[in-house]
This record gives sequence, C-alpha cells and structure tokens, in this order.
Amino acid sequence: MNVAAQVQLESLDVRAARVAEVARQHADAVDAEGRFPAEAVAAMKAERLLGIQVPVSEGGEGASFSDIAELCSVISQACASSSMIFAMHHIKLSSLVEHGFQSPWHMAFMARVAREQLLLGSATTEGGIGGNLRNSICAIEIDGDRCRLEKDATVISYGAQSDAILITSRAGKDAAPSDQVMTVFLKDQYTLERTHVWDTLGMRGTCSDGFLFRGEAPAEQVFPQPFAEIAAQSMLAASHLLWSGVWYGIAADAVAKAQAFVRAAARKSPGQTPPGAVRLAEISAQLQMVKSNVIAGLKTYEEARHDGEKLSSMAFAVAMNNVKICSSEMILPIINGAMLVCGIMGYKNKTPFSLGRNLRDAHSAQLMISNDRIYGNTSSMLLVHKQDTSLLG
Amino acid sequence: MNEKIRELLAKLGNLPTPVETLADDADLYTAGLSSFASVQLMLGIEDAFDVEFPDHLLNRKSFQSIAAIENTVQQILAARKVA
Repeated sequence: MNVAAQVQLESLDVRAARVAEVARQHADAVDAEGRFPAEAVAAMKAERLLGIQVPVSEGGEGASFSDIAELCSVISQACASSSMIFAMHHIKLSSLVEHGFQSPWHMAFMARVAREQLLLGSATTEGGIGGNLRNSICAIEIDGDRCRLEKDATVISYGAQSDAILITSRAGKDAAPSDQVMTVFLKDQYTLERTHVWDTLGMRGTCSDGFLFRGEAPAEQVFPQPFAEIAAQSMLAASHLLWSGVWYGIAADAVAKAQAFVRAAARKSPGQTPPGAVRLAEISAQLQMVKSNVIAGLKTYEEARHDGEKLSSMAFAVAMNNVKICSSEMILPIINGAMLVCGIMGYKNKTPFSLGRNLRDAHSAQLMISNDRIYGNTSSMLLVHKQDTSLLG
Repeated sequence: MNEKIRELLAKLGNLPTPVETLADDADLYTAGLSSFASVQLMLGIEDAFDVEFPDHLLNRKSFQSIAAIENTVQQILAARKVA
C-alpha cells in the first residue's frame, strides 16, 4: 500500500490534529514575521488534506463542508492563518467540485489536485471595483483555443505560494462588469508582479499580497458556466461557512484559555469561586451561540446542496449572509471577555494565556467581505424576501 | 404585460444596453442586471401587478429574462384564480 493510501485510512480528525500540532509550533513565528506557514501547509499536504473534498470517484475522499469546517476549527485553534489558508483553498476547490463536472478539463484537474495535493489560490478582488467581487474591470481575451488575462489583483492570498490560481474577469471585452467568468491558471501559465505587501494587524500568515497577474492558458480552462452561478450556488456558502469554522476556532481557543485560567485559580483557593468564573460562564454561552449558528448554516447548505433552485434562492442567500454576520461579530466580545478573565496574563505575549493573536486575527472577520456590504445586500433582499419565522424550518 | 415589464426594466433595471434591443429570452444578468437592480425591479412588478412573490419564486431563474418574469407573474396570477 502506498503512503497516500495509508494516510487516508486514518480519520480526518486525527490527521487534522497532527497538522494543528505543527501549526501551533510555528504560529508565533508566522505571526511575528508575517510569513507563510510553510510547515503547516506541508503538513496538510503530507496528511493529504488538500484533496479530501474531491469525490471518491476522482481520487478524493468526498468530504462535506461540515467535515471541512470542523477541520478549519481544529487547525484554527492552533494557528488561524494556517486555517484560513486551508479554508480558502477548499472554497476554491468547491467551485471545481460543485461546477467542474460539465467540463472534462476541470474534472481532470480536480483529480490532479487530489493526487498532487495542489494548493489553490484565488484572485477575485481588483483595483477599482470597490470591493465588490461580483464586478470585474479586466476582461479575458479568448483567441481561438487560447485565453489571456491581465488583472490588477489587489489581494491574492498566498499568491506567491499557490500551485494554481482561480481568477475572475469579465467574459469578454464587450461584456458588462457583472457578466463574469472564472478561469483556472496553473503556476507555469502566469507571472505575478508584487504591487502591495501584506503587513497587517492580524491574519499575518495568509500573505495576501497584491499582484499584477498576467496569464495565458488553453481556453478550455475557463469554467463553462457564468461566475454569477458559481458565486451564488457554492462560493458564497463555502466562504461564509468555512470562514465561520475558522472564526469559531479562534474564539473557542480563547474560551479554552480563559477556562484554564479560572480552573488554575480555583485549584489554588478551594472553596472560593474565582473572580473570572461568572465571565467565563457568559462567554461560554456566547460561544455556544456561534457554534449553533455555524451548525445551522452547515445543515441548511447540506440540505440545499443538490437543489439548484434552493441554492439560488434569496432565502438561502439571506441565511448564509446571516451566518457570516453572526460569527464574525460574536467572536470579538467572546475574545474580549476571555481577556477580562485572564487579565494581564492574557494581555501579555508569550504566556500560556496570551490572547493578542486571537484578538488581532479575529478582527479580520468583519472586514473580509465587509459586514456593512453584507448588511446592505441582505437589507435589499429583505425588501422582497419574507423571513421564515418557523423554528425548525 | 410584456410592455409593462419592459417599461419597468427600463426604469429600474439600470442596464447599460437599451431595453428595446433585448429579446424576450435574452439573459438579463449577462445584460448587466445587478442584484440590487433586480430587487428594485421585483418591487416595481409587485406594485404594478398587485402581486407578491412567494419565496420559492425569488431566485435567479424567475428573473433570468423578460419572458421568465412574464411567466413568473402569470404563475402567481393563475394560482390566485384557483384559490
């Protein structure tokens, strides 16, 4: 039996726990130096975790969004940057898995991702579009069986380390800004010229530099269906659910630290309730809210997954937007509460209770797709969509 | 009905192409209909035809083209007659 097949016999949880261990060892250095978590990503590849979403028939393990969100949470509790890279890779892979079956090239490529453990990057943002990824300025140029694209991509997370990039553009030079397609370019089919350096408050290891992208590839690498369909039917849900898995992990780690702090205090003075104990109970309730929210979102997706009409309905879009809003906003008071519990030991770096990285990483959540933009989008849908008021529906 | 829908589309659709040049089955999203404009168009249609879109019809397909919108409105009106 080869090594890959042997690794795949073990459960996803066990393999993710080993990745988390590697990620944890390097998390502080990744954060301090703002460098790519090469060790953690190498561990993901060694544990064959980059291809798990690919169906078994194509050489993967057929993992669901729920399976992957759980792994995001496990890895995030050690290093949120590593986990975010894992999540973003799987968001891109979901476009292939959910929409690639109509095209032989994309089918073959998804099998290759599983076989060679290729890391997929994403270039959906562009200078001048004001953060709205459903608009493009750049246009793909299709010339016979070749396609060419140049894009001023203000953010390509781990662009320099990606093995392939999935990139959006207008469908052609005469297409409207919202008439977009997505194309896969392999590493040897493009060049990247760095235009912005990722030096940020948190999530420092995602290395989301800006690049001028120039690529040329066979035209069959353009997805056959419009990007609007991919975005609405899988990418939006994958992003909000897997990101939420990452964010839940950041908050869960903060609550675990606060609990360890309170338990240590309780052991030192038996008979007395430590001062932070009530606050711990409060953030435990808040964490449960985030968890319930993510689980409900995952359940909604899994139920709608094979129903194209449901996936493109407003009810579904509103539900996914709400998952994102809730988890990205709730984690901040939770981590803040944990900081109040741990006090100076949480505020200081390099203690077992340090919460600085959790707090800084968590602040990215409400900005990656701005919550204000999402609120705007939901509020416009609520002008016609009537909220489902049932509890279980 | 077709004419009224075209009139509303011209007013609310915010399309870069003139509505007269669009065929009944032309894809409105390809023509540049944004999600915000599509909601405005839905509101306009609800008002003009005195209908309410049930949730199962609030999706991309119902508003994909002028013909699809016409069909969606007809469906709601027909359901009302039965009820």
